[in-house]
Amino acid sequence: MSDEATPQDVADDVVEGAHVRDLPDDPILAGLAESFATVEFTSFQPIVGPRQDTAIVPRDDLLAFVQAVKDAGFETFIDACAVDHLNREPRYDMVINLLSMEHTQRLLIKVGIPGEEPTVASISSIYTGANFYEREAWDLFGIVFEGHTDLTRILLPDEWEGHPLRKNYSIGAVPVQFKGSHKSS
Amino acid sequence: MSDIPDTVEGDAEVLSDDPPVETTGGAMDSADRLREHDIWVAGTEEPDWIADATDEGAQEMLPRDLEPGLELQRGVVVDDDYLEDETIIGDERQILNMGPQHPATHGVLRLHIELEGETVRRVKPIIGYLHTGMEKTAETLPYISGGTNVTRMDYLSPLNNELCYSLAVEQLLGVEIPSRAQAIRVLMTELNRVSSHLIWVATFGMDIGALSMMIYGFRERESVLAFFEKVTGLRMNHNYIRPGGVAADLPEGWEDDVEGILDTVRAGLDDYQDLLNGNPIFLDRTQGVGVITPAEAHQYGVTGPIARAAGINFDLRKAFPYSGIEQYEFDVPLGKHGDVFDRYLVRMEEIRQSFRIVEQVMETMPAGDYRTDDRKITPPPRKRIDESMEALIHHFKLFTEGFKAPAGEVYQAVESPRGELGMYLVSKGGAKPWRLHVRTPSFATVQSLPVMMTDLIVADVIATLASLDPVLGDVDR
Repeated sequence: MSDEATPQDVADDVVEGAHVRDLPDDPILAGLAESFATVEFTSFQPIVGPRQDTAIVPRDDLLAFVQAVKDAGFETFIDACAVDHLNREPRYDMVINLLSMEHTQRLLIKVGIPGEEPTVASISSIYTGANFYEREAWDLFGIVFEGHTDLTRILLPDEWEGHPLRKNYSIGAVPVQFKGSHKSS
Repeated sequence: MSDIPDTVEGDAEVLSDDPPVETTGGAMDSADRLREHDIWVAGTEEPDWIADATDEGAQEMLPRDLEPGLELQRGVVVDDDYLEDETIIGDERQILNMGPQHPATHGVLRLHIELEGETVRRVKPIIGYLHTGMEKTAETLPYISGGTNVTRMDYLSPLNNELCYSLAVEQLLGVEIPSRAQAIRVLMTELNRVSSHLIWVATFGMDIGALSMMIYGFRERESVLAFFEKVTGLRMNHNYIRPGGVAADLPEGWEDDVEGILDTVRAGLDDYQDLLNGNPIFLDRTQGVGVITPAEAHQYGVTGPIARAAGINFDLRKAFPYSGIEQYEFDVPLGKHGDVFDRYLVRMEEIRQSFRIVEQVMETMPAGDYRTDDRKITPPPRKRIDESMEALIHHFKLFTEGFKAPAGEVYQAVESPRGELGMYLVSKGGAKPWRLHVRTPSFATVQSLPVMMTDLIVADVIATLASLDPVLGDVDR
């Protein structure tokens, strides 16, 4: 293989280089940035498709920020998911994805969660739809949502041990756990 | 009932008299197992296994004053349409368990339903019966084979899943796709929308009693699937749309096949209209049933035809166009009432609008390559491998270690037949995704079931659930 610049090298620059800005050029986000000094904004413009805005929020400010974002016009709850970065501190990211249909704009809200104490405030009191998504994050990552009304397993059986989407939960060679399997074997 | 244990023991003796087939220990085991799962006769002493076997664990629907997530189950969080009847005492309420093996649950969805007589007061959806850990699997598959994984999530619109995944990977890579590949993608996903809506109208008709509808819907869908098979080799789970383009060019004479689909399905749509639109039973079963308001749809993240039937004018193909779909002309059908009937009308009109797109694609199909010529992402043509060492190395590297995507993260969404299908892809620079989260439209709609079902009667539960078009593979992943 030749050593000339591969497409990946070029793409590397796209992701990490010129397109990451401190503050996006956008009136709604600028207003949010003004009232929340601790929130860090980045934005990424892919070659095709819309700009992707991300707000990195400290754990303590999450509820206030999400409420402010909702008041700023992001009325639709789209998604919430966790990411395990394993050897990074904070270990987990909770990524909340909100949409404003009126402004045709998305905002990803990222909040870092430390590995030794994986708790974060539940936003299900602000967006009801977050309820199932937070249960999924608890089920698969073991992140505890404070203020959640019904934090039970959602995809896995109640008796399941561990949180399988954590990076230190190995795949394969795990005995399949079914409800009541201890009786019928 | 009381003589069942005798029969079991008799069976065990017969088995143990048959040494060449089975050991005595095995026979005793099976006999024990039978006895253990015997039927308990009411009035006699309750055996131990009864409590275990009927234990719902954490998912049990508790009395109202103990229920932590009551608001979600009542569906009163946004719009309070719940009428509490104080005269009804607790004993007159019963909890009905529908599913996971119920034919009208479209898979393995389970609903706890609290009833007062015939009226539904609380609904608790319980999911996870089809969970296969596909997000974890995605972390073990290189980008080049990830499509085989995501295509199995929403098995009624596999091409939309592949498109979403491919677009996300291409955003990470920063590659541009030739215009012919984009047009093929639009053609295939719009036809996929048609086939998905056709199977929806078929199963929906069946669920509310129009059994002939099922035969009609499947009949027309077959013409689309035959075309998919011709193009991709498979009727479902195609892995046809891949990062970098599509797997193969359209076959010779594809225009005639698509024309055939248009004629067949358009004639079918007229049939459905005759059969259903003026049918008083159908109207009674669907109008004003399973209503969701726009505010509730926003709160629960309900998107797609269900949100549009409630009057929300939002279509990702218009709002965040992808794969060059902005160059085609089409309208977004909207409903007014947010009920089951409007969902039916919206979906039928979406089929017609998809055909408009398909016709425009046929007229303007660009010539050119059906995948990017970037050899780091797509394999070289078979002929080049014989001639060029470079091509052989590319081919080998691609299929052994795959291509690496630069570190970063993207969220890519497409308008699947069920709503917003989004994929959140995190890369750390390797050949496999660090994390792939799939935001599936069915997951959000299943969560909103209580909103739509509370205060309906039991028969309307079936109509409402069917109108949502949930795919449980999509919910549980």
